[in-house]
Amino acid sequence: MPAPVITATSLTKKYKEFAAVDGISFEVAAGESFGLLGPNGAGKSTTMRMVGAVSTRTSGDLSVLGLDPNHFGPEIRSQLGVVPQADNLDQELRVRDNLIVYGRYFGIPLRQISKKADELLEFAQLSDRAKSKVDDLSGGMKRRLTIARALVNDPKILLLDEPTTGLDPQARHVLWDRLFRLKEQGTTLLLTTHYMDEAEQLCDRLVVVDKGTIMAEGSPAELIRTHSSREVLEVRFGSERNAVVAERIAGAGDRIEVLPDRILIYSANGEAELVKLTEAGLDPITSLVRRSSLEDVFLRLTGRSLIE
Amino acid sequence: MTVNEARGMRSVTEAAREVAIRAGAKPRRWGSWYVAEHRIRSMRSYLRTIIATSIGNPVVYLFALGVGLASLVDRNVGAGGVQGVSYLAFVAPALIASAAVTVAAEECTYPMMMGFKWNPIFYAMNAAPISGKQIANGMIISVLVRMVPTTIIYFAVMLAFGAVPSLVGGLLVLTASLTGIAVGLVIMPYTASIQEDKGQMAMIQRFGILPMFLFSGTFFPLSQLPVYLQWIGWISPLWHGTQLGRVASYGLAEPAWLTAAHIAYLAALGVVGWKLTQRVVVRRLNK
Repeated sequence: MPAPVITATSLTKKYKEFAAVDGISFEVAAGESFGLLGPNGAGKSTTMRMVGAVSTRTSGDLSVLGLDPNHFGPEIRSQLGVVPQADNLDQELRVRDNLIVYGRYFGIPLRQISKKADELLEFAQLSDRAKSKVDDLSGGMKRRLTIARALVNDPKILLLDEPTTGLDPQARHVLWDRLFRLKEQGTTLLLTTHYMDEAEQLCDRLVVVDKGTIMAEGSPAELIRTHSSREVLEVRFGSERNAVVAERIAGAGDRIEVLPDRILIYSANGEAELVKLTEAGLDPITSLVRRSSLEDVFLRLTGRSLIE
Repeated sequence: MTVNEARGMRSVTEAAREVAIRAGAKPRRWGSWYVAEHRIRSMRSYLRTIIATSIGNPVVYLFALGVGLASLVDRNVGAGGVQGVSYLAFVAPALIASAAVTVAAEECTYPMMMGFKWNPIFYAMNAAPISGKQIANGMIISVLVRMVPTTIIYFAVMLAFGAVPSLVGGLLVLTASLTGIAVGLVIMPYTASIQEDKGQMAMIQRFGILPMFLFSGTFFPLSQLPVYLQWIGWISPLWHGTQLGRVASYGLAEPAWLTAAHIAYLAALGVVGWKLTQRVVVRRLNK
């Protein structure tokens, strides 16, 4: 494994008595794409702010690029690109000027940043909107501009907090494509998400976070292998009958999860489970066999679904 | 892991560390100015309004008070004038100080609240290498950048109106700016701390700036007020700034210690306000 660029050891952030981040430890290697996966309020954003050297930790150790954020905030931040959860572009400035002023914060000379701004607009597919007002951009465009802005300093590490939350599917795919390119170029990515598909698409490795602690760690495939079965059969019997049926089929597959609207049967062979159900005379209204996903891992680890 | 690998790992981190330390030097040194630069870029979008008001304001005020009201006052107070000068010369140092206060109050309220709330650029600056202290400094610099030219224009219009007996009165640009920034810095820590807009900005204008304008010896000497109201003047930075301006403009006779007290009071407000603003901004960003 290449040298870690981020090392967190028992990292903790408390607000009065409440621990938003409760002793988490992880390492991110250079060039790696690392994810923090968890529901809202799990402590992901707080972790990101500590790594981003804008929020002081309560206890534990943190090193970013070999530096302690408590003493080297500006130095660390000079090497980061930050895409916050809520866009904080300057609405009083036009699209291109947003990149220019941001580049100046890193002390980049005006002529240099001017050239860079054009390259980044190209990368973000916003060249034709250079003179637009920020307010006139769509949600997806604003996100891409925020990402472009995060790249003005050629960051070693890109921090992305819920990068595609609130975007439509097409905008998400465009964004994933851009992030994938950055990853290919060797940029280290640290991202938080509560979308399973996003984590599976973008992360080499991730930690599942809940209530400020780490529940599991590994690559998406490893996590699925360790904490779930290969396939999942989803059946619906209608909200009234779900619970009743669940009792009758207890013991089917490796494991069963009963959700308010459906029953999940975990098994290596979903089709075979479905055949058994129909043979037992239980006719589900709908049925679906799918591969296990990180959602299932999360459900298994916390007993709750990710998006509530 | 072999020894060579371990050594390689360390050198990669070492190299990244050194790059970071080098890259941090410039923003550490110049960050405040980068913030000011950003603000000035934003001001360009309302540059016309800024220019129009900084010329229009003095013309209107000096005409209404220094010419209109003055004709009435001068006729009634007789040949001695007010404090030995014409009413125009008496009122002008107060007006230029008030103009500086108005601009400073404006720039110290809305942009501060905007930066945290409506257009949260402070968080973006802070995610870049800029520190909370630098954000506070940069905002203060940008207030000065707007206020000082405003007072220079004001002074030029005063000269045109014949409101300044001697050119030593050029010091008015300094005394007015000092007054403006002192008032601005009293307001700034408060506006930087506002979480929810419940009309506090309008309250500051109505119950802070306006009464101060009326009771700071602006239109009449403070001694004309009943004694139990004179304290308003003593605590008012505008009164101190106005008196200081009068000393500079037409040599108002007052004890030297009092002149020194005006300067000290304004400077003290400024320094305390500056430090407090830095503290509020730093705390608010560090969530």
